Amino acid sequence: MVQQLGHLPMGWLMLALLAMMASGAFFVGRVQAERFSAAGSGRFHSRPNYHGYYVAMWTVVPALVMAMAYGLLGDDIVRALLRRELPASFSAMPPIELSVYLDSISRAASQGGFSGSDRIFSAITNRFLELQGVIKTVTIGLTTLCAGSGFLLARRRVAPGFRARNKVEGGMEAFLFLCAAVAIATTVGIVASLLYESLRFFAQVPIWDFLLGTRWNAQTSAEFGALPLFFGTFMIALIAMLIAAPVGLFAAIYLSEYAGPRVRGSVKPILEVLAGIPTVVYGFFALLVVAPTIRTIAVWINMTLINAGVTSEPFLAAQPTSALAAGLVMGIMVIPFVSSLSDDVINAVPQTLRDAAYAMGATKSETVKHVVLPAALPGIIASLLLAVSRAIGETMIVVMAAGQRARISADPTADLTTITVQIVALLTGETEFDSPKTLSAFALGLVLFVITLIFNLIALRVVQKYREKYD
Amino acid sequence: MTNLSAGPFRNEKALARLRKRRAADTRFRLYGLSAIGFALAALSLLVFSIGAQALSAATYHVVKYDVVLDAAVIAPKGKDTPDQISRNVDGFYSLVRENLKDTFPDARDDRRSSRELGELMTRLAVLPTARKVADNPTLMGQKITITAPLNDDLDLYLKGAASPQKKVKLGKVVSVEAETGRTYRLAGPAAFKVIESLVSAERFEVGDAVDRQSILLTTGATTGKISDVTTDSAVIDLLTGNADDFKGATPVARLIGIPQSERNVTDQQIAWTLALKDMGRISRVPHLSLLTHTDSTYPELAGALAAIVGSLLTMFVTAFIAVPIGIFASVYLEEFAPRNRVTEIIEVNINNLAAVPSIVFGLLGAAVFLGFFGLPRSAPLVGGLVLALLTLPTIIIASRAALKSVPPSIRAAALGVGASKMQSVFHHVLPLAGPGIFTGAILGMARALGETAPLLLIGMVAFVADVPSGPTDEATALPVLIYSWSTNAERAWEPMTAAVIVILLMFLIVMNGIVVLLRRRFERRW
Repeated sequence: MVQQLGHLPMGWLMLALLAMMASGAFFVGRVQAERFSAAGSGRFHSRPNYHGYYVAMWTVVPALVMAMAYGLLGDDIVRALLRRELPASFSAMPPIELSVYLDSISRAASQGGFSGSDRIFSAITNRFLELQGVIKTVTIGLTTLCAGSGFLLARRRVAPGFRARNKVEGGMEAFLFLCAAVAIATTVGIVASLLYESLRFFAQVPIWDFLLGTRWNAQTSAEFGALPLFFGTFMIALIAMLIAAPVGLFAAIYLSEYAGPRVRGSVKPILEVLAGIPTVVYGFFALLVVAPTIRTIAVWINMTLINAGVTSEPFLAAQPTSALAAGLVMGIMVIPFVSSLSDDVINAVPQTLRDAAYAMGATKSETVKHVVLPAALPGIIASLLLAVSRAIGETMIVVMAAGQRARISADPTADLTTITVQIVALLTGETEFDSPKTLSAFALGLVLFVITLIFNLIALRVVQKYREKYD
Repeated sequence: MTNLSAGPFRNEKALARLRKRRAADTRFRLYGLSAIGFALAALSLLVFSIGAQALSAATYHVVKYDVVLDAAVIAPKGKDTPDQISRNVDGFYSLVRENLKDTFPDARDDRRSSRELGELMTRLAVLPTARKVADNPTLMGQKITITAPLNDDLDLYLKGAASPQKKVKLGKVVSVEAETGRTYRLAGPAAFKVIESLVSAERFEVGDAVDRQSILLTTGATTGKISDVTTDSAVIDLLTGNADDFKGATPVARLIGIPQSERNVTDQQIAWTLALKDMGRISRVPHLSLLTHTDSTYPELAGALAAIVGSLLTMFVTAFIAVPIGIFASVYLEEFAPRNRVTEIIEVNINNLAAVPSIVFGLLGAAVFLGFFGLPRSAPLVGGLVLALLTLPTIIIASRAALKSVPPSIRAAALGVGASKMQSVFHHVLPLAGPGIFTGAILGMARALGETAPLLLIGMVAFVADVPSGPTDEATALPVLIYSWSTNAERAWEPMTAAVIVILLMFLIVMNGIVVLLRRRFERRW
């Protein structure tokens, strides 16, 4: 019987229970308030609905806390109880093996009990189900108890003079604040998880070996010198910016200073389409079109140089995937990030500055070069910084078109690897959270996070300062 | 009136300077134009290269096989429960192979050509038929037509994408003489002039060896391979059909640029395919299986259904979490938050979060949701959670802009008639900001739909053969499918990947179209 209780679908049950309790409490509170007002007992501060909300709030919140506690701790409690009852032979097992064994038990239990020949296993599974049943029943009981006491307490306060609306709105505001705090929690979660796993990694690999080592071979042998990855990342970001900075900047200047409203109205959205295309599509484009073209050109250059007698060996690496291919496509992807923000800041430069320059006899290009651009410079730099941060953190294009080989080479047709490529390579497939191989991905992630954070913070600060200047 | 040319602005030096400045102005303008031209050219190259690939995957070739469902083969004793029948790939496949061997009896004798013939169809392609028969046992013993996709390499060959090929029409063949074995000598006055001139110009090499280029001679269902040629006659090895068919015919020669040893399809297989096509058994049909099948290791059987469903499930989870939290958070920050340090930190933090690389969110998901909370790997639930955190900043920023655009007079009016702060916000400001918030939410979801990297890290890259039925099942998503298909080696995956990209872009276009419509319909200037 208790064993059967182990199969209770807790998620749905809790949801139904909460919904039932909430609606019930609401009606009780509301009806009670209405009864008071029908009896004509003085003026009410709040409308009956708010009394209903108030009672429902006090019923649901404690129950919700209980349900969340179960969601977080329920399984752990069951396991801890089970582990205490296990025969002595199990305590000799290494902790990892034991937890794997318990995992398989809980899987078997969730599939409706075990009916194989391993009698020990099936006995433990059944006991697991029993314990789960006990915990589940206790949770349901406690949840009901919490909700009930909250309900009773809240109901007693329903009275004509009671300021239910203020209380409900206070609760609502707290809830809104919690929602806003999710963003903070995300950042904290990112920093904490990256730091925690990285510290575990640096306990095994010295941090300087990681930051300054030149040999990266995490997959096969334990070599964790990440310098080639940093080099590849910056090389590809540099190529991307060599494309995106001039193109994006000139496009922004043309659109805001030269183009008529019709051209502007049609070209600007098209440029923004570039920002809306998923990066995996860019990656496929790089793989399908750009990388083979670059390889063909590189091979042709090699042949020409050898035929001309300049070199006897191939001059360029001419790999099927190359830093140049990834950088080029990434540059195209980043163009709208540069052009759209630059366009905004150029537009924000007051017209009076331009008029003053024209009055001095300056041509349009001179006005742009000597007046508009210097005035917009901080904003433009910010847009470039944001674009660099985008390029450094970009993943799919480099995963598909940059390659896997960690090396330092200035040849743009060679395949380089980047931080993001290695993170993906290390964490796809089977991962154990204890091997330095997996942990190194988090150390790389931390480096990536810190670098992009610095770029973003500077850029955002500059933009803010700049806005204040002309507002 | 003074003479202008004598003035300080009209002397030669000043004019030259002016010309130079004007030229510099024109150049500057041209730089701007070429920058825009470059961006637009890159975009159109991207769209056209992917569009062209996708177009070739929009249709594919299927072959019809008329077979009798022999119960002894597909449901032998002891293997005749519906479940066993639905999985009896070998039985159904042998029916199809027998049918092919009946069509091309020559292949029966030789093990190698028998295997090559079998490759015309992938074994697993019989599964739909097997399921149909298992569901409806009355079909047993009847004659049915199985329609199954052609092998992917031959499909590419028929589409002309596999190897460069030149097709020429030859003159009339007058006589056919049998030489040794399956070798025949065809003759006709000046019938082979075109080929002869190409061969003698060393544009083509002929011969039996596999590392030579091939010239196939076809009339009707009969195909032979040329091994020697003069202007008036040619020696062929008959690949399939009846050599006498050439008598009086004007055959077509196919000059295939890549030697057999470097191709995935043999001349023999091409000959059979051409014969099947001549018999009307091969037809080119819309590639609907791309939408109705799940992933497979064979390109001709693979489809994106599981990934589409996986993407939708993920998006549901994301929308369910990110949209309400994003709206409530922006309401708090815009309407209720006191101007203090905490609020400032939250704001800086949200702006930063919007620029954090997406792969970092993947690391967060792997460490916290998989490692700490122990949620299942590869599940849309986890993918949705990660993408929700990823899109949250976008939605908050857009919603705040929408709330900010509602004029303060609305709030003042509500407060003036006695509404509380909360009532003024939820009864008046929020509904007015609704369309703006909604468009922000859709744009955030569109970004989430195209995200790949975080999903790779939480294991949604697994090969999923079943359509996921719930948010905790193993699943994959459209962008991840694009990634994994693009890493497959076979050529046939390229157009398939492009086709999935088109499906993904369709979803994005629909979402952005809704945004544009909403803006047109509801945009309000206060």
